[in-house]
Amino acid sequence: MTSATLTSGATLGSQRVSEDVRYHEDAIRLFVIAAVFWGVVGFLAGTFIALQLAFPALNLGLEWTSFGRLRPVHTSAVIFAFGGNVLFATSLYSVQRTCRQHLFGGEGLAKFVFWNYNVFIVLAALSYVLGYTQGKEYAEPEWILDLYLTVVWVLYAVQFIGTVMTRRESHIYVANWFFMAFILTVAILHIGNNVNIPVSLFGMKSYSFVSGVQSAMVQWWYGHNAVGFFLTAGFLGIMYYFVPKRAERPVYSYRLSIVHFWTLIFLYIWAGPHHLHYTSLPDWAQTLGMTFSVMLWMPSWGGMINGIMTLSGAWDKLRTDPVLRFLVTSVAFYGMSTFEGPLMSVKPVNALSHYTDWTVGHVHSGALGWVAFVSFGAIYYLVPVLWKRSQLYSMRLVSYHFWTATIGIVLYITAMWVSGIMQGLMWRAYDNLGFLQYSFVETVAAMHPFYVIRAMGGVLFVIGALIMVYNLWRTAKGDVRIEKPYVTTPHKAAVGAA
Amino acid sequence: MDLDSITVMLRSFWTVWLMLLLTGILVYAMWPGNRRTFDDAAQIPLKDDGQEL
Repeated sequence: MTSATLTSGATLGSQRVSEDVRYHEDAIRLFVIAAVFWGVVGFLAGTFIALQLAFPALNLGLEWTSFGRLRPVHTSAVIFAFGGNVLFATSLYSVQRTCRQHLFGGEGLAKFVFWNYNVFIVLAALSYVLGYTQGKEYAEPEWILDLYLTVVWVLYAVQFIGTVMTRRESHIYVANWFFMAFILTVAILHIGNNVNIPVSLFGMKSYSFVSGVQSAMVQWWYGHNAVGFFLTAGFLGIMYYFVPKRAERPVYSYRLSIVHFWTLIFLYIWAGPHHLHYTSLPDWAQTLGMTFSVMLWMPSWGGMINGIMTLSGAWDKLRTDPVLRFLVTSVAFYGMSTFEGPLMSVKPVNALSHYTDWTVGHVHSGALGWVAFVSFGAIYYLVPVLWKRSQLYSMRLVSYHFWTATIGIVLYITAMWVSGIMQGLMWRAYDNLGFLQYSFVETVAAMHPFYVIRAMGGVLFVIGALIMVYNLWRTAKGDVRIEKPYVTTPHKAAVGAA
Repeated sequence: MDLDSITVMLRSFWTVWLMLLLTGILVYAMWPGNRRTFDDAAQIPLKDDGQEL
């Protein structure tokens, strides 16, 4: 297209060469719209099933609306529909800018991936409601949908890696390393965990090729690395591009980012067995999973320090820029949940926490605090850029969203900590004759108030997301709200106090 | 010694190979001569944004 820059760009290193680069943005706008839409759907579904747990009458007595069928609708909507579209949008946006190259395969391939991925999401959700599932957590879609997703994912991989391979920047920026690890590993995990034998050629039902404890191990090799590579490596790619971009400063330590990347992918892949403590999985495999989980503390905290310290010398921006506040708070939540995770993988702790609400609270401190917050930050950054607006409709509304969602998360995770630890303690309590002290239903009754608090946290999170939708809608229309602006110069009192 | 037994022997030292690989990466990341390259790489996101197609 622009052959002059193509030949000269590769050797220019860090010089400014971008004036002739033209980026694809149509498909990215679609991905952003889909991400916001699915985010609201997924948060609503989560809040509804939280209310079902508190008030079982909300199951409505119908098989299609029972908790068991709606729960995978919630998890798939937030992880794969919201998180997936966010990852497509941010990765395809930043890879062009960090490679100084337009998308390999162009707008057509990006739109093909967009439509087919989102059709897959709709079909998967419908299949859950109708009762089709492989019964594997986070891998519920049946074999025919798995094959469909494989094709879409490979095309996404071709587009992303093709863009990196045709780059005009000599160095592959660290965010692209994380995105490529995410794309490649998710492909391997998806195929590895879905080796199934269909019962019939035209039926939905299939059975896992491996059986017994091997099947469980493959499932949690998949399950934990879905966390490690989809929800962590992918979103770390977002962190490494959007935090420096929004803070207008380079990442704190590029060397640390290289060490962060390699140690993270070395260690994560081994952590899966901690989901199977005290099961028929061999003891050595459980201990191996626990050990690697504990070692994960190092890369996780190295990465967190790298993200947060990027603001070193510009901390006042946290006060004046609520978008950056979303991004940096997400990294703090990343540090918090990756501290809690290894702790829970230690076998004696796991003996208390496993199968309780503590696990649910842990997952949501990562999912709401880290994944959703870094996504909100990236979306607030992207919408004015993609719709060619000078600024967001309202920064004050971003701040309202931030505080509403943060209070929602705090209600959620504290309720689940208390509920989960109480549940674990009640399960293991003995009376002086050696009998179990509580029946199962007594633990359920004791948890009821915490289920109500958790649902209220979900309601706040949904309200925050709706504030975001309104703000983004007005931004796309080109409106600017008349409001008190944030003071961008450091406040005298704050300087004196520091 | 056939190829199979060599493979089995080498595989039994897999932690050693992984540690060597990791050490190599750490040396590469910390090598003083690479400082300039990495300082330049850290600036990549902050360069101009180009235009839409």
